[in-house]
Amino acid sequence: MTHRAYSVSEHLFLAAAVISGLLTVAVFCFLFLFGLPLLQSGQLTDLLFSPWAPAKGLYGIYPMLKTSLLLALLSMAIAFPISLGCSFIITSLAPVRLRGFLLAVIRVMTGIPTVVYSFAALFLLVPLMRNLIGHGTGMTILTATPVLAMVIAPTMILFFVNSFTRVSTAYTLATDALGGSETQKLLYVILPQAWPGVVNGVLLGFGRAMGDTMVSLMLAGNSIGVPESVTESARTLTAHIALVMAFDFDSMEFKSVFVCGLFLYILTAVLMMLFRMSTAYFSGRK
Amino acid sequence: MRKLFEDCITILSWFAGLLLITALLFLVAYLVYRGGSSLNVSLIFGETAALDALLLKRQVFDGIFPAIAGTLLLIIGSMFIAIPVGIAGGIYMAEYCSGAIKSLFNLLFDILAGVPSIIIGLAGLLLTIFLNRHFQGQIATCLLVSCLSLALLVLPYLIRTTQTALETVDPVIRKTAPVLGASRLQNITLVLLPNAISDIISGIMLATGRCAEDTAVIMLTGAVATAGVPHSIFGQYEALPFYIYYISSQYNGPDELAQGFGAAIILLILCTGLLISALWIQRRLTTMLLYR
Repeated sequence: MTHRAYSVSEHLFLAAAVISGLLTVAVFCFLFLFGLPLLQSGQLTDLLFSPWAPAKGLYGIYPMLKTSLLLALLSMAIAFPISLGCSFIITSLAPVRLRGFLLAVIRVMTGIPTVVYSFAALFLLVPLMRNLIGHGTGMTILTATPVLAMVIAPTMILFFVNSFTRVSTAYTLATDALGGSETQKLLYVILPQAWPGVVNGVLLGFGRAMGDTMVSLMLAGNSIGVPESVTESARTLTAHIALVMAFDFDSMEFKSVFVCGLFLYILTAVLMMLFRMSTAYFSGRK
Repeated sequence: MRKLFEDCITILSWFAGLLLITALLFLVAYLVYRGGSSLNVSLIFGETAALDALLLKRQVFDGIFPAIAGTLLLIIGSMFIAIPVGIAGGIYMAEYCSGAIKSLFNLLFDILAGVPSIIIGLAGLLLTIFLNRHFQGQIATCLLVSCLSLALLVLPYLIRTTQTALETVDPVIRKTAPVLGASRLQNITLVLLPNAISDIISGIMLATGRCAEDTAVIMLTGAVATAGVPHSIFGQYEALPFYIYYISSQYNGPDELAQGFGAAIILLILCTGLLISALWIQRRLTTMLLYR
């Protein structure tokens, strides 16, 4: 093939891709530049592990970090078994007609706005939790957990189903021919073959759980102390960013928002790299 | 023992599925139960006559018309920016890019797709502050900033769907036109794009749904509780998701709350409607375009 000059539209294609790539980097640079004063002021470990006490000049994001991780892990603990069960049903346990219907319902669930989930839960779950705990507003980590689980489950299910159906039919047909039941096929043939896909689904689900704003903002109560138990009101990293408008734009509180943002950005980047590495590793091994 | 274990797994799987579907049905039923009665013309237009409101002759004060208008303007504005860039970027990724550059871009777009939306909103806010400081202009958060931020939010989805749609075109179809003497660009515009159009359109609809539902981005970039229908792209605006969030914390009395539930139902219908039509188009449009 001969080298020839690209036409105008081909240059535009290139420009679009380069601009989009640069914007991704630009978001990081913006966060870094605005968060720099706080990063310079103290050691990084101080920032990550000290409490939030503006009176003492401490702007550590540890309380938000702990809440985010706690909430994400708890909702993963609920969403993971449910997603695995649902993907089992959709892959092979249910009658064929029901499978397609269930898959369509799960797909539509991914499009339900999180603000709608949270709005309904605010009037369903919060009064319930208030009565159960017996004190406080009822907005706690535990209130947000099942809602967040419901938000991340569809994504994980779609990913699991996708990796289950990619298992070679040579294996599944062989199991059928040997007289294996559907459950045996799932447990001893499909799952051992498709578990890299399960790992990737979990990575994505965890990323979504850490990154969701509306559920924790509306249901977890947003108080800024370090949560001692799951029945306490607490603030996540994303909710802290969402409340940025309440701070004075020159204050250290405002700058702490960018440290939260930087942390979330870096976490996403690391999760995505793990995701790519595991995909490459497992596809290379086959 | 093993049999017992297998039976348990089967039962638990069905239980998990049942739990999720029940939770979903319960949620929708609860929304309809609380907000169903408020679903009428006065929910949208309040006391104002519908025609006057639509022609912008009179302001709507006690209806959610400004919020619906704001959401529609947001969708139009952000898709107007994101679609050309996203599709052009996707074409470049699928047809021109290769090697290390391609995997670098792939990683960047994956990161951009995975970054929490609140961070995109924060970036929009920072852009506004930055412009304000350096150009001394009276630039505040506004519809334009929100549209730009939302466009950035959905850009990776558009690039990725376009790229995948083009890459999965049948290799036989892909190679025919160049053999007959078509240039690379002719092959893209006349053969590959028409073949991939249903996947691309369905990607666009998914991105539109994402624009309509996102609350985190707009709450940092200019959505406010009362603004009326925005008159320019430099004005603040109302939007459905933000209205729902606002009502949840600031409602006065059961009437406003019922309006909030009504707005939640409308947003739910809008988003799921877009998603269902995206799925439907993916299945139908291919046949329509190829055999007309």
